[in-house]
Amino acid sequence: MNVEILARIQFAFTIAFHYIYPPLSIGLGLIIVIMEGLYLKTGNKVYEHATRFWIRIFALIFGIGVATGIIMEFEFGTNWATYSKYVGDIFGSALAAEGIFAFALESGFLGILIFGWNRVGPKVHFFSAIMVFLGSLFSAVWIVVANSWQQTPAGFRIVGQGMNARAEITDFWAMVFNPSSMDRLIHVWNGAILAGAFMVLSVNAWYILRNKFTDIAKESFKIALLVATVFSLLQLLAGHKSGEGVAVNQPAKLAAMEGHYDSFAKADMYLLGYVNNKQKKTSGIKIPGGLSYIVHGKFDAPIKGLDAFDPSARPTQINTIFQTYHIMVALGMTMILLTLFGSYLWWRKKLFDKKWVLVAFVWSVLLPQIANQAGWFTAEIGRQPWVVYGLLKTSDALSKTVKANQVIFSLVLFTIVYIILFALFLFLLNRKIQHGPADDNAKDEIEEGTKRDNPLMIH
Amino acid sequence: MGSYLGIEYTVWWFLVFGAVISGYAILDGFDLGAGALHLFLNKEESRRIALNAIGPVWDGNEVWLVIGGGALFAGFPVAYAAIFSAFYIPFMIFMVGIIFRAVAIEFRSKEPMLWWRKLWDVAYCVSSIVIALSLGLMLGNVAEGIPLNQDREFAGSWLSFLNPFAILVSLTTLALFMVHGAIYLTMKTENRLYAKLHLLTNNFTIFFVVTFVITTLYTLLYIPHLSDFFRSRPGFFVIPVLMTATIANIPRQVKRGKYRYAFLSSAATIALLLIMVSLEVFPYLLYSPQNPANSITIYNAASSSKTMKILLIIALIGTPLVGVYTSFVFWTFKGKVKLDDMSY
Repeated sequence: MNVEILARIQFAFTIAFHYIYPPLSIGLGLIIVIMEGLYLKTGNKVYEHATRFWIRIFALIFGIGVATGIIMEFEFGTNWATYSKYVGDIFGSALAAEGIFAFALESGFLGILIFGWNRVGPKVHFFSAIMVFLGSLFSAVWIVVANSWQQTPAGFRIVGQGMNARAEITDFWAMVFNPSSMDRLIHVWNGAILAGAFMVLSVNAWYILRNKFTDIAKESFKIALLVATVFSLLQLLAGHKSGEGVAVNQPAKLAAMEGHYDSFAKADMYLLGYVNNKQKKTSGIKIPGGLSYIVHGKFDAPIKGLDAFDPSARPTQINTIFQTYHIMVALGMTMILLTLFGSYLWWRKKLFDKKWVLVAFVWSVLLPQIANQAGWFTAEIGRQPWVVYGLLKTSDALSKTVKANQVIFSLVLFTIVYIILFALFLFLLNRKIQHGPADDNAKDEIEEGTKRDNPLMIH
Repeated sequence: MGSYLGIEYTVWWFLVFGAVISGYAILDGFDLGAGALHLFLNKEESRRIALNAIGPVWDGNEVWLVIGGGALFAGFPVAYAAIFSAFYIPFMIFMVGIIFRAVAIEFRSKEPMLWWRKLWDVAYCVSSIVIALSLGLMLGNVAEGIPLNQDREFAGSWLSFLNPFAILVSLTTLALFMVHGAIYLTMKTENRLYAKLHLLTNNFTIFFVVTFVITTLYTLLYIPHLSDFFRSRPGFFVIPVLMTATIANIPRQVKRGKYRYAFLSSAATIALLLIMVSLEVFPYLLYSPQNPANSITIYNAASSSKTMKILLIIALIGTPLVGVYTSFVFWTFKGKVKLDDMSY
């Protein structure tokens, strides 16, 4: 295999693994803020136990997120040196801003969130929870801005030629608010909050099924269900908006997402299907003209197809893009149906009555995770063969001094390390969940009943 | 290239980058050092106290590495691209160290079994040592320079990193971090553990002085381009003098039991060491001894004037903020470590 393929596999593998964790941090961050806010407001110990429990889970997730994230920051330099030189002027300022504004905020206050229960008052602790959540939200801003610039470059000019060419900023705000950044940011935020909310739903549904910690579990479940319902619906809007952006800015990607080849024909929208790229034919269950309707409001409007692009300037893995895109949409719809149904049961006061519904919620933790991954694969494979859309090809972006055997070495290394890491993560997550929200200390507190009667008391 | 107060943006950014790297070395230095000496502590309780002494802050300390990486990428992308693709193998090992260390700190306390804890103690200690050594190895190679081709990309073999000078710098870095970490832990502990760490601090100081002296002699004899700076500008000789003073001050303060001053001295030693290296290499970011024309300087590696200005504004707004909440976190956890239910 050549260096390009190896380096791409390595990047895809390390970023996909990393991306399990930061969305959970964002989503759980929001849930923790809500839970701790309710505790401060009501003084109800149920919320305190729930908050403490999810902070412990958060700490585990955050630790792995940081470690795998540092790898990402330096992998640009190790494997993609030419890319780094090309985008450094633009991408670098976003990364530096992420580090200084977001990441430092998040990890600074995380120390207080985890270890500060007895060191600071409840209000300061709650403030730290908000700061950690804001920090995680900000870090998504800068990284999505940087990636969106690669999708829809703006606010720059090209300086130099050939291998020494690079993009330079001409307008910082045009770079930040490039045509796709805001749509994609909201799409990513929603996906992240769903990842956290569904994790809380899953764990608590499991507790309720097992009759463990039921008081805490039911309250936590309701909080998460509310969040999940709202953001599943918002995600439909955000996803649609993002798709409209793709139609305008990256027509080749849009055509690949629906396997649409013929520029003079209406474009269909598939529910399920398969693309044969050799025969340029897509088959499956479809709404004829559906894509045309969504983009132009008319079922028979022609849409630019893959045939309008030079084969060297459009993606080649059409079926992969088609499938990942459709998996994302299908899972998004499933989340909407599931949360709406759950909310309906809640309204009818039958939320915890049906066993199969709870079982469905236990498994639902996978929905946003797979949808997030599938969405990113669509976005990134759909941008090929470009690493910076229309400007720099992925094959030109590599480190020229790095040899295939070096990439193989590091790929094998990361694969082994990440497998161990993931196994440990699941093992510990499972132990923490088994152990549950009422830890030994908390039980003592309930028995003593004196230590924390007034949540606003300063220790 | 624009300028501010008569100093070019690129030079300003070099100063910012240097400050961030020094901040990283001082902050992560003490928790890496604490990790490197971890196995010298025998009792389970001592190890727990040592871990909890760095518990609330090590993550924040590591952020400085992220900021440093971002600062290099943003301000000097050509250098960022060259350095990390050149130091491919050491850097990959460094990163695996980073992962294992984070995991070890996080996972150790999650199970009570003795074998589990011992396993993670070893992982924590070894990864801390590996990280400190590879940081030193990279610093050594940056200081003495690496072969570069016309495209300003690495042109040597990956084994060339393991040269005597770089290994000496590497050991010196480890030793300095261990002194720094031992002093930090002494500040945070009491009674018998305190006494033990007091002893360790003295031993590590001897280790550091030995490596430092050998490295200095080696530099004077074999790496002339580094000592040239001080030969041609005698006024700057004050820096090595200051550094000797701060090093000598460490055992003095330790003996008096003034660990806070000892910690400030080891922190100052780290900063002065990095200042000395940056003065020696300036304006080079990556010197190519075989062919100096191919070297990467702060001028040919720099981003555009506009980006530099944006970066400086970001740093100007961001640094005080980071300073405020970093101090707040350290202030919250000031004093001796007390284990409680949320501890590791």
